[in-house]
Amino acid sequence: MELFSGDKIYDFMGKRKIFISISLILIVLSLFSIFTKGFNWGIDFAGGIEVEVRFSKPVDIAEVRKYVSKEFKDASITTFGSPREILIRLSVDKVSPDVQKDIGEEIKKLLSPLGEVEIRRVDIVGSKVGSELREKGLKALIFAIIGILIYVSIRFEWRFAVASVLALFHDTIISLGAVSFFNIEVNLDVLAAILTIMGYSLNDTIVVFDRIREQIIKTKINDLEFLINEAISKTLSRTILTSLTTFFVVLTLFLFGGEIIRPFSFTLLVGIIVGTYSSIFIASPLLIWLGFDVNEYRKKLLEKERRKKEKEKLRKMYEGGVV
Amino acid sequence: MMKKHKTKLNYRLVIFILATIFGIAFTIPSFLGKNPKVNLGLDLQGGMYLVLGVKGDEAVKNKIKSIASTIKYISEKKELFIDNLKIGKDKFSFELIDKDDTKKMDEELKKFKGIKVTKKIKNQSVIYTVSLTKKAIEQTKEDALKQAIQTIRSRLDAYGLAEPSVTQQGKDKIVVELPGIKTEEEKRNIKKLISSAAHLELYLVDDEHKVTTPAEAKKYGDILLPDKNNPKRMWLLKTPPVLDGSMITDASVGFTQKTNQPAIFFTLNSQGAAIFADVTGKNVGKRLAIVVDNKVYSAPVIQERIGGGSGQITVGSPQEAHILAIALRSGSLPAPVVLLEQRSVGASLGADSIKKSMIALISGFIIVVIFMAWYYNLAGIIADIALITNLFLIIAIMAIFGATLTLPGMAGIVLTVGMAVDANVIINERIRELIREGKPIRQAIEGGYKNAMSAILDANITTLIAAIALFAYGTGTIKGFAITITIGILASMLTAILGTHGIWQFLLDRGFKITPKHFGMKV
Repeated sequence: MELFSGDKIYDFMGKRKIFISISLILIVLSLFSIFTKGFNWGIDFAGGIEVEVRFSKPVDIAEVRKYVSKEFKDASITTFGSPREILIRLSVDKVSPDVQKDIGEEIKKLLSPLGEVEIRRVDIVGSKVGSELREKGLKALIFAIIGILIYVSIRFEWRFAVASVLALFHDTIISLGAVSFFNIEVNLDVLAAILTIMGYSLNDTIVVFDRIREQIIKTKINDLEFLINEAISKTLSRTILTSLTTFFVVLTLFLFGGEIIRPFSFTLLVGIIVGTYSSIFIASPLLIWLGFDVNEYRKKLLEKERRKKEKEKLRKMYEGGVV
Repeated sequence: MMKKHKTKLNYRLVIFILATIFGIAFTIPSFLGKNPKVNLGLDLQGGMYLVLGVKGDEAVKNKIKSIASTIKYISEKKELFIDNLKIGKDKFSFELIDKDDTKKMDEELKKFKGIKVTKKIKNQSVIYTVSLTKKAIEQTKEDALKQAIQTIRSRLDAYGLAEPSVTQQGKDKIVVELPGIKTEEEKRNIKKLISSAAHLELYLVDDEHKVTTPAEAKKYGDILLPDKNNPKRMWLLKTPPVLDGSMITDASVGFTQKTNQPAIFFTLNSQGAAIFADVTGKNVGKRLAIVVDNKVYSAPVIQERIGGGSGQITVGSPQEAHILAIALRSGSLPAPVVLLEQRSVGASLGADSIKKSMIALISGFIIVVIFMAWYYNLAGIIADIALITNLFLIIAIMAIFGATLTLPGMAGIVLTVGMAVDANVIINERIRELIREGKPIRQAIEGGYKNAMSAILDANITTLIAAIALFAYGTGTIKGFAITITIGILASMLTAILGTHGIWQFLLDRGFKITPKHFGMKV
C-alpha cells in the first residue's frame, strides 16, 4: 500500500502564508478562550476534594444535589461516565488538615437515602499541595523546553532549535485552548499529555529537519523553499502514517480508557493533530523567517564532515603505524 | 537441507531473540502473580495514598519546653534561684535572682548543646533568654520527621497491613502508601492509627480550685482538659504531669475485671513504675486522670498505692482499644501530623480501570498491527513482531526493577504501541525510496537502515527529554507514565531497529527472495 507517490514534490512553502494564518487564528482563539473562559482546574492544581460514587441503579442528579447540599452548599455535582456514577467536588476550604476526618464516609451517609451507594474514590488535595504541584508542573515544562532547545541546537543549528520550540509553543497553546474551550479538567494527567505532545510533535519536526540537513549535504541546491518542500514531501508518508497509528491508539484510549483518563486522552488527541499539522506546515516556514542561510550551514556541515574524515584518516594511519 | 552461507554471525538476530526470550520469561511471572512481578499502583489495585505534613514547629516548641523544665529542675537542685520562667514558641526566659550566681548558671547552660543564650542585667538579677540555634532547630525538625516516619511505620506493621510504604518527601512531608485497603472502616481505622499523637500523660486532678477559663487555671499552675466522652465536661489538672507515655514498655487489650469494659493494660519501665508507686502512695483518695492526646479518658480515685508499674485505661470499644494500644506501644508522634493530600481508590474502581485500559491497549494494538501489515506487507509483519517483543520488554523491565504500573502508566504503554512503530515506518519509507531509485534489495535494506538512523535517534532522544522532565518533576501516578514511556522508547530502539534489521538479514542470508512487494509497494 502506498498513500503518496515517492517522487512528487508538493509546494507547501508556496502556500505557507495560508497555513500560518490558519495557525495564527487558532492561536488567537485559543488565547482568547484561555484568558476569558479560563481553565477548569482540577483539584490537583486548585486543591479541593473529589469524591466519586457509584449507585447500584441510575439516580437523578438533582436528587443527589439536594442531599449533598444539606451539608456542602457549594458542591459541584456531575455524572461521571454513566448515570450511576457521580462525581462530587468540594471547594478547597473544605479540605480539613485533620487526618482523621473522613469525607467519603460523610458523603456516603448523606446519600444513603438514595439507595445503595459505593464510594469509589476520594481525592483530597490541600491548597498548599495544589500550588506546589502547579509549580512542579511549570518546572517540568520549562525543563523540557530548555532541554529540547539545547539538544536541537547541538544536533542541528540554533535556528532549527528556535523554529522547533516555536512550533512546540504553537502546539501547546492550541491544545490548551481546546482544553479550555471544551471545559476539560486540567489535572496532572493533562500536564503529562502536554509534555508528551511536545516530545511527539518534535519527533515529526525533527524527521523533516533531518531530511533538510541531509539534502543540504548531498546536493548543491541553495533554494531553501525547494529543500523544505522536498523534505516535507519525502517524509509526508511517514509523518501521516505514524500520526495515524498514534492517533488510533489514543482514540481507543479516549473511547475505551474510561472517564478518569479522559482529560489525558482528549489533550493527546488534539495535540497529535495539531502537532502533525505544525510539523508539516509551521516549523519549516519558521526557518525561512528566521533567516536560515543554506550556504553557510552547508559550509559548516561540510567542514564538520571533512574534519571527521581527517580524524578517521589520522586514526587509520596511526593504527597502521603501530601495528 | 539448509544451504550454507558464508556470512557473518547475525548478531542482530541473536540479540533480538535473546531479548524476546528475556521479555517473555520475565513477563510471565507478573501474570501468574509471582516474583519478579510488576507492582500495580494504588489507582489500579485500590488503596490509599496519603501525604502528611509534620509540624516541625511543634517539635521545636516541645524541645524548648523540655529544656526549660530541665533547667528548672537543675536550678532547684543546685540552689540557683530562678523566677519568672516564661516559655514561648521558640524561646524561653527566666530571671536569675542573684547576679552573683551568673557564673554557675552559665556553667550549667553550657552543658546544653545547640542553644543560644542572651543575658540582660536588671538591678540585682539577670534575665536569661534561651533559644535554639538555627542548626539545632533544623536538626530538631529533621529528627521529628525521621521519628514520625519510624513511628508510623511500626504502627502500620503492628496493625498487620500488607506492604505499607512510608517514605520521606521533601523536608517536612511523609508519604504513606497503603495498597489493598478493602473497606471504608479499615480506611478510617488506619487514618486514626497514623495520625494519633498517642501522647499518654497521667495528671493529678485538682479538686481544690474551681475555675472555668484556661487563664484562670494557669494562675494555679493547672490546665483545663476536656473529657473524652463528654467534651463539655472539663477537668482541672495539676501540671506538670506525673508520668508520660515515654515510660510505657507495653500495652495490650483486654477487659476490666469488674465492669467487663474494653480496656488497655499498660506496663511501665522501672523508672515509671517507681514514680507511679510513689505518686499513688502519696495521693490515696485523690483522682488520677489518664490523658491521651489532651483528652481525659478516665479519672479514677486512687484506692491504694499501685506497685508493679502497670495500669489500665478504659475505652469505648474493643476496636478503639486495639488501635490505641498499637499507637501507645509504638511510641508517640514527636510532632502532630496534618493531612495535605489523600488519594484513595476503591478496589472495584481499580479493577474497572485495569479492564478499561486493557481494552484500549488490546484494541489499539490490533489496529496498529493490522494497519502495519496492510500498509507494508511483510515489512509490516516484521515491525509487528518487534512491537510484540517491545511490549514484553516493557513489562519484563518493569518487573525486574520492581517499578509500579499506574493508570497513566497503562496509557503510556498504549501510546508506546502507536509510537514504537514509528522507527519502522521511517526505515521502511527509506527502503522504499532506495528501491524506487533502483537499488538492489539488499543494498536498499542496508541503506534504508543507515539513512533512517539519525532521524530515529534525534526523534527518540527529544521524546526522552520530555519523559525525563516528567519523571523529575512529576508526582505519584504521573511518574508511572514517564517510566513506561521511557522504557518503551529505549526498548523500541532495540526491537524496531536492531530486531527487524536482524530478521531481514536472516531472510536474505537464507536466500529468501525479497521483492518490492514485501515492502507493500505497488509493482
